Formats: sequence, structure tokens, C-alpha cells
Amino acid sequence: MKFGVVQFPGSCDEADALAACARVGDAELLWHGDHDLKGCDAIVVPGGFSYGDYLRVGSIARFSPVMGEVAAFAREGGPVLGICNGFQVLCEAGLLPGALLPNQSLRFVCRQVGVEVADANTAFTRACAPGEELSIPVKHNTGRFYSPDPVRVVFRYTQGVNPNGSQEDIAGVANEAGNVVGLMPHPEHAVDLLHASTDGLKLFASAAQVPAGA
Amino acid sequence: MGSSCSRLPRRCPPVPDATATIPGIEQAVALGLTRDEYAMVIDKLGREPNEVELAMFSLLWSEHCAYKHSKKLLRTLPTEGPRVVMGPGENAGAVDVGDGWAVAFKVESHNHPSAVEPFQGAATGVGGILRDIFAIGARPIAVLDSLRFGEPTSERSRYLLDRAVAGIGYYGNSVGVANIGGEVYFEAPYETNCLVNAMALGLARREDMVRSAAAGVGNQVILFGASTGRDGIGGASVLASAELDSEDESKRPSVQVGDPFEENKLIECSLELLALGLLVSLQDLGAAGLTSSASEMASAGEVGIDIDVARVPLREADMAPFEIMVSESQERMLCVATPERVDEVLAVCAKWEVHGTVVGEVTDTRHMRILRGDQVVGDIPVTALVDDCPLYDLAPEAPTSQIYPAPEATLAGGESIHDTLLALLASPNIASRRPLFEQYDCLVGARTVRRPEQSDAAVLALPGGNGIGVSIDGNGRRVAADPYRGTILNVLECAANLACVGAEPLGLTNCLNFGNPEKPHIAWQLSESVRGLGDACRALDVPVVGGNVSLYNEGADGPIYPTPVVGLVGELPDPMKTAQTGFVQEGHVFGFAGPNRMPSLAASELAKLRGEALPTELPELDLAHDARVLSAIRQAVRAGDLATCHDVAEGGWLTAMAESCLAGNIGARMDDDEGPLADEILFGEMSCGFVVAGEQEALERLGQKIPVDIFGTVGGDALVLGQESWSLAELHEAWLALAPLFP
Repeated sequence: MKFGVVQFPGSCDEADALAACARVGDAELLWHGDHDLKGCDAIVVPGGFSYGDYLRVGSIARFSPVMGEVAAFAREGGPVLGICNGFQVLCEAGLLPGALLPNQSLRFVCRQVGVEVADANTAFTRACAPGEELSIPVKHNTGRFYSPDPVRVVFRYTQGVNPNGSQEDIAGVANEAGNVVGLMPHPEHAVDLLHASTDGLKLFASAAQVPAGA
Repeated sequence: MGSSCSRLPRRCPPVPDATATIPGIEQAVALGLTRDEYAMVIDKLGREPNEVELAMFSLLWSEHCAYKHSKKLLRTLPTEGPRVVMGPGENAGAVDVGDGWAVAFKVESHNHPSAVEPFQGAATGVGGILRDIFAIGARPIAVLDSLRFGEPTSERSRYLLDRAVAGIGYYGNSVGVANIGGEVYFEAPYETNCLVNAMALGLARREDMVRSAAAGVGNQVILFGASTGRDGIGGASVLASAELDSEDESKRPSVQVGDPFEENKLIECSLELLALGLLVSLQDLGAAGLTSSASEMASAGEVGIDIDVARVPLREADMAPFEIMVSESQERMLCVATPERVDEVLAVCAKWEVHGTVVGEVTDTRHMRILRGDQVVGDIPVTALVDDCPLYDLAPEAPTSQIYPAPEATLAGGESIHDTLLALLASPNIASRRPLFEQYDCLVGARTVRRPEQSDAAVLALPGGNGIGVSIDGNGRRVAADPYRGTILNVLECAANLACVGAEPLGLTNCLNFGNPEKPHIAWQLSESVRGLGDACRALDVPVVGGNVSLYNEGADGPIYPTPVVGLVGELPDPMKTAQTGFVQEGHVFGFAGPNRMPSLAASELAKLRGEALPTELPELDLAHDARVLSAIRQAVRAGDLATCHDVAEGGWLTAMAESCLAGNIGARMDDDEGPLADEILFGEMSCGFVVAGEQEALERLGQKIPVDIFGTVGGDALVLGQESWSLAELHEAWLALAPLFP
């Protein structure tokens, strides 16, 4: 099992995502300018501020050469996870429904939140129990999910902790097939005993189809 | 770089640019040089400086670049230690943290830009200090900030706070460096002169660290990063006015604008250039731009440098050579590479979409020569520019009475113990900083073990399995009361924070924020403060590895509180064994550890709330005792004996108790057999006192080394002191006093 972690100019969490993937499989970085997924079995589009969030979050990164390959990989059913800015990029690329809008507070927010697994049948939640509550941090400016159409909800903020005012407390969604998942919380920052929790490891373990143990 | 920079060795050059006008002494004075300094410039050059040269001298001989009023004092500080890898004089200090790793760190001020435009001022303050870190080859891993504003009752202060916090978050979050801690104080003397100090830390393999000295005659000088514009042409604006009408002048932006996306690429590009071994040396462009960057590289390498301003990529086509040389446009770096490596360097720049351009060459002239194409427009001996700035002795004089007015009272006096504690918790200097720090990404990089409010110092895990504790502190009010002891207390406060997580201090950085040192009583504050800093460092055996001085911080209402901000970095063996600020577990016993003397209300937070005038001295300190306490606390934390360890700071012991209850969301009960306790005991402040909690035997073990009074047990949902009781809910409500400032 090999994970590929995409790196754009302005990515920030690519090294942390890479390290999280490496706990459950092989992992390497994929350069934004390459038309090559290097034979990876799962793709992670990490957090950060790709292209400085200029124009609109995620809107420039989706045109990167590597994203063409990621889109084709996703259409063929390959597992793709978008975290935070990666979620924004996947929405911009049309691989996930909806859009991410500025937080209701208009402020950046960094805090540990409770996240409920609403759908345990996706490529990145198979190792979770339905309804299971995970403790994972969020850190974003533009995380308020909105979609005019019904979506496949994968994660919801637990009662009363929604940090951005998203529709129906949505923290993460999937495409119809469940192979592409995006979420605002950062599972890669909840994978080590030195972190506040190790719950995030379950997402990576789901894709790798290995047991999640820190 | 072709014939335009071919070496023309000569000693006392004539006015190089025949078409240049000579600005003259009045312009020099307007730019901040004294008449004597201007005479010295003429002496060094053998002629009057032209426009380019005068602009360069006025900046490099400024207080900001030359430390001319503080350098002699700073030389008294201890700078050597077994773990010091880089000391003062480099872009940042660095200490050995084991396993071949070094941690680089430095704190710097960005006060004036932040007072003018808080968002960009604070943002570029972060950007600037990060460049100091990766300029020595260290990957930036953390930022902390130290902020001072007027009282939040002032609309202006609320605006500055809101925008400065937003600017720090904007830059640090986007650039991808964790903001792991900091501090903020609100005091009236900062109303018209706020302070924004930023500290950054970086991690490097010792063998990969690089110095800034240029070397190798014929080597190429490459400018990379953002293009150069007219932003931040500070002191030179007066000179510029000779060429521009007032309308043009008013269009000119005076505060630099930051672009964290450019900096993110610049970090990766710089570290890749170093990792590939393509560079001879590397330097950031900060204050005074190309001028200071290139001349400091030349000075350190004992060489000369030719710079061709015609090759510098510009944002505006018609910039004059002096503007290009002193522009403070952000996100730029300067490096030296051998001619055969230039193409590889430019290829790495292209990979990261960073603009790289050869702009000059290392020469053996030991002159900084500025060319515009074939034309020489400036020619200055490097030593004259960098090393020959006159240093001044201060003329300190202790004021006969306190120079600061008494703070405005918010408590009438006579309040109950109950209300006094709630008032202290709601005081802007003590209330929870959560509304501020939640706007910062404290996690990126995956090294953060202890986040803000989890422990007294931030804790980062290192690749070798050990960790570092980091803290920044600097209560200005105590320094205003007693510059010598107040500064020692700042160092002790920082060291106490480190002890709480079991970290042993390895090195100290500082930012000395003071008023006008040409005034005798400010000179006295500064010299007493530096004396205290030195004594504290010697007592704790901590070397000063770098720092920054920010003088002339005076507003319409007088000088700021003298504010020596101290940043400490310490090593700890096991990041899993770091005590928390909060009480952890029902049934733990808690106590008070450390002091061998009574706390004092002098210059305390309670005295401020009561509107009491500042005293002219603070109680005597016992540094030897405090050093023993810090060591014992550190050992107890490392042994895993203390679940909770929180140092007593503003608001005294009862406030610290309430903070431990709030951080752990659990109550504590102590039986007060002795009747009502005096305000000094409950709310007085002192150095190196700790609220500690854990198993009874563990606290007793600590008590064999240092004074420990065991007071009661952790548990319940209230803080109970004899007949007094505070529910967690009411403590919490008071403690959230800053939340309304960030709706």
C-alpha cells in the first residue's frame, strides 16, 4: 500500500500528512508539476495555503498538472483524501460536491473538536464504527461547508462544537461512490501519543486496510 | 557578471557619479546623522557622500542597525556556554540540543510599523524573524509573540490588538509555522506606542548551518525572492523629498506589505539550496534592505562586493539607485555562489517559482561599490559602513521620583477576597488568552506536545526523541518600578515556565524595548536593566545567544514602560513527562513550592487594579535560592513526580490556584485553619513560586529539597479556601473577560 501526498507551492501540512501515511504504509510526495502519481494506491491532498489562497481557496491548485492525474485516478475508483485546503481543492476540482466558505466568525480558528463518523462505509472510514466520536483538531479560515444539493455526509462536528458555522454541522463529505473524501479537521495531527489524540490514524488505516494502533 | 562589475581597485575615490548631486550636511541631519557623524563620514570617504552613499550611511549608522547606544552595554552580557552553537552577531543564536541537532532562535521587534498599520506591521514582523532563522540554514518550526497595548478600554488599543493578532495569524498560519505561545500585557504607557515582538525558532543539523560571511573573489551575488519596490524606504524618505513633489511623496507606502506565500516558497527554496550544497553563504534582507545585507556579508567575509542596481528586479521601473539599495521590500534573500554553481542555483529558484537574479560579485576591494550598469553610483569602504559607526556611552541618571503616573484604579479597595480574585481573573493581563491564540495554528509541523494553556511553557518534540520547552515573558510594570530587579524577575519568570515542563535553559534571547536613551533616566533604565539581565543569566548559567534592541519608544504621553522581553529555550529529556498547568486528577494533593520569603504587592497586578502608584524599588531577591528551586522543580517534573506545576505570576498564589482549577476543569479544597489570610499571601507576587500537585509522597520528596507547603486536595467543582468558595463556573466567567474583544 503506497500513499502519495500532493505538494503544491504553499502547502503546509504535506510533511505531517506524509508522516501519518507512513505509519500505516509506504508514502511519498507527489510534485504539483508532474503528470505522475508514481503508482500510488491512495492519494492525500494535504492542508495549507496552496498558491497563497489567492483568487479563492483551492481555485489555482486544481489546475496543477498532478490534479489531472488525481481526477482520473478518482474516476477509476482510487481512494483520494482531501484535508482542509485539500478538501477545498477537491471541491474546486469537482471531485467533491459543495464549497467551503469563510468561517462565520471571519476568523481563523485552531482547536481540538469532536467529530462524529456519520458514514463508516467510505474508503477512509472503514476502520471506524458508525457514530463513533473522534477527537481531531481543526485549523482554518475557510471551512464553512455549503451545498445547495444533498451530499453524502461522512463527518459532522459533535453537538455544539461546530467551529465555522457549516451547514448541518458538516465537517466532511464524500463523492457518491465513497472513494473520494474531504474533511476540514486534520487527522494527520492526531496520530501520535504526543498529540492530543490518536483518533486521526483511523482514516489512514481505513485506506491502508490495516488495524489502527498508535 | 561581465565587465560592468570588473574590479577597479582604488583607495580614496573621487565622487564616483559625476552627475550626482551632493546632498550635504543638512540632508544628513534630516536623515538622522549628527553633524559629528557626518564629519566622520567625510573623513572615512575622503569626500562628501553622494545621495546613494548618504542613504546607506544614514541607515547603517542608525540606532536600529548599529546599536550605537546599546552595544557597549550588551558587551557586558554572558554569551558563552557549552551548548552555544552560534552566539550574538549572527542572524540568530543557536544551541545544541543533542543528536547532532541545533535549535536556532531570536526575538525581534516590529513596534513602529505595527503602531502605524498593525496588520501588516505585525505580519511582516513574523516574516522578518523567520528569515533570520532560515538564513542560517534552520527550518523554522515555531513562532511566539510578545505584545503590549494600551488598556482595552481604549478603542485604539482594541483596534491595534485585533489587527496585530490577525496579522500575526495571517502570516504565520499561511507560511506554515506553528505559533506555540506568547504573552500580551495591557498598560496605559503603551497606548500611543504599542509593542509587537516576535520570536522564531528553527531546527537544523549542526553541520548544515551556514554563516553569512561572503567569500571567494569572483563569486556571484544572487538576489532571490520578491521583487524590489518602494515599500519601507524609511529614513530615506526625507532625502527622496528633494526629488519628488509632496503629492508623489504622499502616495508612497511607508509600511512594508507581507506575502506569506512568497515566504513559504522562499523557505523551501533556501533550504533546498543549502541541502544541495550550492551556496557559499546566505543572508536575509531586513532593515536597510540590500545595503545592510550585502555590506554585512562583505564585512564578515573581509571582502568587497559590487552590486549592480540595474539588475535588481523592480516593481516600479523608475526607482533611483538609493531607493533600490535601501528598499525594505519583504521576502527577499541574498546568497553567494561560485560562478559554476549559478545555473544550478537559478534552477532551484525556478523550481520553487522564486525569482533569482545575479546582481553582483564578490571583490577583493573591501569596498561596497554600487553600480548602475557601467556607471559607479556609490563607493564606500566596507569597514566604514559596518564597523566604524561611533558608539556612545550613556549618561544614566536615576530619577528622583517615579516617572510614570499611577494607573487608573478599577477597584476601590476594601473588596472581599471573593470579589478580589474574580477581579484579578478578569483583569486583561490575567484573563484567558484563548480568544487570541485560537487564531493561530499551533500544530503545523506535528511537533507541538503542549499547546497554549496546557502547560506554562510550550513543548515541542525533537527528532532525537527529546524535546524543548520555550517561553517568552516581560512584565514592564515591574521593570518600571525597579529596572534591575524587574528585569531579573522577567528572566526568573521565563525560567520558572521552563522548569514547569522539566526543561533546562540552554540559551536566552531578548528584545530590549525602551524609550529615548539620550534622556538620562531612560539611559538609567536601560543600563540597570542590562545589568539585571546579566546577573540573572550568570546566576542561572544561561548564555545570551542573540537579541534585538528597540529604542525611542515614546509616545505623546511619555515613554513606554521599559520592557525587556526575554525568550528562553530549554531542553527536556522526555516530552511525555511535562507537568500541566491544570489540576489533573481528583485526590491529588496540592501545595505551594519554592519561596523562602513573603510575596509582595509592590507593582503587582492587584496594586495596579487598586490604582496604586508604582514604587521606586522591588523587594530584595535571593538568586541563589531561586536557582536551587528551579533545579529541584525541574528534577521533580522530569521524574514524573508532579502532575501539575504552575508558576505563580501576576495575581499571586490564589490566582495561580484558580488558573490550575480552570485549566484542569476541576476544583480544589484547602482548609484554612488560620483564619483570613493577608492580601500579600493570597495575591502578592514573587519569583519562583509554584502551585504543585501530585501524590502526597511525591510532594514530600520535593519538600526535602525546597520549601513545600501542602495545603489540600484536588477535586470537586469549586475552589474552596476555608469559608470562601468559588464555583468553577464563576471563575470561568471572569476568566473569559477578553472574549468580547473578539466577537
